[in-house]
Amino acid sequence: MRVHVGQVGRRGGPVARLSAPVEPATTVEELPDELVDVDTPWQTVVWNDPVNLMSYVTWVFQKLFGYNKDKATALMMDVHHKGRATVSSGSREKVEGDVAKLHAAGLWATMQRSS
Amino acid sequence: MRAWKRHGRGERARYVAVLDPPEASVLRGLVGQVDDMLSGRSDASPSDELSALTGIRTGPSTAPDDPVLARLLPDFHRADAEGGEPDGAALAAALRSVREPELIEAKRDAIAMMLSSLPAGGGRVELTGPQAEAWLTALNDVRLALGTALEVSEDMPEQLPSDDPCADHLPVYHWLTWLQDSLVTVLLP
Repeated sequence: MRVHVGQVGRRGGPVARLSAPVEPATTVEELPDELVDVDTPWQTVVWNDPVNLMSYVTWVFQKLFGYNKDKATALMMDVHHKGRATVSSGSREKVEGDVAKLHAAGLWATMQRSS
Repeated sequence: MRAWKRHGRGERARYVAVLDPPEASVLRGLVGQVDDMLSGRSDASPSDELSALTGIRTGPSTAPDDPVLARLLPDFHRADAEGGEPDGAALAAALRSVREPELIEAKRDAIAMMLSSLPAGGGRVELTGPQAEAWLTALNDVRLALGTALEVSEDMPEQLPSDDPCADHLPVYHWLTWLQDSLVTVLLP
């Protein structure tokens, strides 16, 4: 995969839609990577660390994602006990933005393609 | 000091605490050190004519060598994790270059807002909602910095043996933890 920072999604419009029928396979092969990327969702992963407080992590999930207290608490507990939790998903641009906000809040977050 | 208290509700809510002069002084000192580290990182990054022309800032593509700065400014992608991209290092480098300047700016903005609402000689602190959120962010960054420097773990004891070089600093870390937790408690909806 090539790296296309900020291209995916930002182009918007027809680029973000691959649902139109595409007949010959050769056409698909000629698509630039960023078009193919659009169909593959990305995930925001938060990792456990020894400093961030359980109360603070719960508050951050509520504040940034608008999750209710139960959902935010469940995600926080996953981070705490399982070492990681997927806290949001979507287009690469959305997930990149979510990771940036989590970093600004001091959480250890990364993005990866959904498996 | 005693725990934070909330007065009022909604947008009119105010978050109040009283800091002793030494507490205010320690806080200002620690937050200022984190600010200095962040501004040092900014100053060290290359500025080229193209970014001056376009206004699009780019930062360094490699993570800081310093473990404290590296914790404050993490990579966007973990190539070593399950689901890591084959060329994950290139992805992390590209995203850092694009995103790091605004991350540093966001952290320094929170620090500036905290310092502007923290009386130098201590005393009563009364915060609006946005100010309280800036305090949370800045306090968290200070705890990340100190926690990384002290190599804290999940089961960190309350006290270290007196001959441990970190023994004097751990109480400050625990106090910051309490201060932050107390503020989250009154902010949580």
